[in-house]
Amino acid sequence: MDSILNNLPVFLFWCIATLTALCAIAVVVSQNIVRSATWLLFALGGTSAIFFLLGADFVGATQLLVYVGGTLVLVIFGVMLTAQGPFINMKTSIAEWAISGVVGLLLLGVLVVSIYSVGKPAPKGDVATYAPQQRLSVFNQNSSKNTNDGAKNSQYADAIGLGFLGVGVGPAHHNPNPLKDGEPRVVRMNYLLPFEIVSVHLLVVLIGAAYLARAKRRRRVEA
Amino acid sequence: MPEFVKDVFAAPWFPYAVALIYAAVLMGFMLVNAIFSVWLERKVSGRIQDRLGPTRVGGKFGWLQTLADGMKLLVKEDIIPKSADHLMFRMGPYIALAGSYMAFLALPFGYLVVAQDMNIAIFYMLAVMSTEVFGIILAGYGSGSKWSLFGGMREAAQMVSYEVPMAICVLVPVIVAGSMNLTVIANKQQWLWQWLVFNDPFTFIAFLTYFTCATASCKRAPFDLAEAESELVAGFHTEYSGFRWLVLFMAEYGSMFAVSGIASLLFLGGWGLGFGEMVDHFTLLIGADLAIYVGNLINVIVFMLKGWTLVFVMMWVRWTLPRLRIDQVMMVCLKYLLPISCVLLMGVSVWRLMVPHIVQDWFRFGLLALCVGFVAMLVKQWFTWASAPPGSAMPGMWRMTKVTGYQGAQKQ
Repeated sequence: MDSILNNLPVFLFWCIATLTALCAIAVVVSQNIVRSATWLLFALGGTSAIFFLLGADFVGATQLLVYVGGTLVLVIFGVMLTAQGPFINMKTSIAEWAISGVVGLLLLGVLVVSIYSVGKPAPKGDVATYAPQQRLSVFNQNSSKNTNDGAKNSQYADAIGLGFLGVGVGPAHHNPNPLKDGEPRVVRMNYLLPFEIVSVHLLVVLIGAAYLARAKRRRRVEA
Repeated sequence: MPEFVKDVFAAPWFPYAVALIYAAVLMGFMLVNAIFSVWLERKVSGRIQDRLGPTRVGGKFGWLQTLADGMKLLVKEDIIPKSADHLMFRMGPYIALAGSYMAFLALPFGYLVVAQDMNIAIFYMLAVMSTEVFGIILAGYGSGSKWSLFGGMREAAQMVSYEVPMAICVLVPVIVAGSMNLTVIANKQQWLWQWLVFNDPFTFIAFLTYFTCATASCKRAPFDLAEAESELVAGFHTEYSGFRWLVLFMAEYGSMFAVSGIASLLFLGGWGLGFGEMVDHFTLLIGADLAIYVGNLINVIVFMLKGWTLVFVMMWVRWTLPRLRIDQVMMVCLKYLLPISCVLLMGVSVWRLMVPHIVQDWFRFGLLALCVGFVAMLVKQWFTWASAPPGSAMPGMWRMTKVTGYQGAQKQ
């Protein structure tokens, strides 16, 4: 009991991850298509729970709002309204199981290898001294919050907002073109360009949806 | 402080016990809110319809009626239709309840009287209340009946569409206050002229628009196509009886209180009565140690009363206005409320940036004076209106002057 309490985040992670993985497997295995969508709901909700567990409140809430509240509702609408009959069942052949199993295992291998190779080697040099946690102290009201605990600092959505506007809040890089007096300038990553790209992308999607859903004019029939 | 209390505070399981206590308190509040709201609904609907509502169970006002209802629903037979999808039929109400319950996690009842003081509280609440739609969809589809399916689909379309203007209207006071943290927003509204509803014309209209969108997203009349008794039997909850119906309605009344709570925190000064922070006033009177408890207790009570007042307004509107058709519902959302909320968003940004401060202050006090005058006029009318001709007045109406010839209803 004590070891569970002392490592509660890890214990919770294992619980949530197991449930999410089981639901994801159920999405694939389940034969009723509406039930697949329901298990997908729980899988996405589990992902959101992992975000909250990591302390990324903003991303977790966005996951719920966008995926569960938006995408999944749309999926359910599409699934329900295009089914040929109520509670339709799908049958998958053995060949399809084999191909999808191979592809899935390959993807799993790629993911596992890349996850275990992140973070080694440890960052060297004075770039590591410009860690983002120290930069975020401008948002903290009292200095006791100035810790290297990324989870605590990531609770502040102000940093994300400023990052979208172009203020640098990401990891630091050395500027290849230093200032004239020879002192190397430290350049921070910001999220302005991705933000603009996503905005234009959403605009394109909106226009496309409006165009596709427009009421078509009836052609005049030549008598 | 006794020694064992220090041991309890330092124990490794203490934060988790506190979390469990928070969860239990919030669940208890949701249940009590459901009991109270059902009773209030029956009384309000009764009085508006010129009858008394429950008067027998538990005394003159029937306040134990909901308890009797609850016991009846618990022992009712649990019927699941033969053509229903068992898993989805059972899961639907609980997903709706989970969505509604999770929203209370970030809802502050007083200054820092909140389960989790999140920096993105209002965003989290909107996100979580949008998962309630799924419960409705599953309930509607899983019931295996046409009424439920139509009700569920209409309801899902309505709730999802109204989330957009609701989120934009919520952004308006967030822009004025500068934070998404509900505690911070409510803390900036300590005095009556600081209430965000009087801040500028755009926030004032945003309050009305937000309340309309909130009513629609809680599927209350005049937007209650999903439960329309005259059209769809009972919509998505046709096949639900007994405890499952109770769970669905606990979710609905919980959501009603949550959106009313958000409205009062964002626009109506949150837990304050309008003349400053209660804890500060009581610190001057009775000293700091006791003032924290008394002040916070008053804050919590005031917040709950404000929330229930807005819930009462929702019920009042429900039993007064006729229902909208589904195409009218969608038209109101997409053609009226959405452009209005976009204009409000632009307007409040321009107001904050370009309008000089002296105009802002004058407007704030002017609008406050207008509203106070309006309320004073209403109160005066309540106490002086005796213009009903004799024999035509309803029994039980407020009456402070004598009207000749009318004897009032006889008590039986």
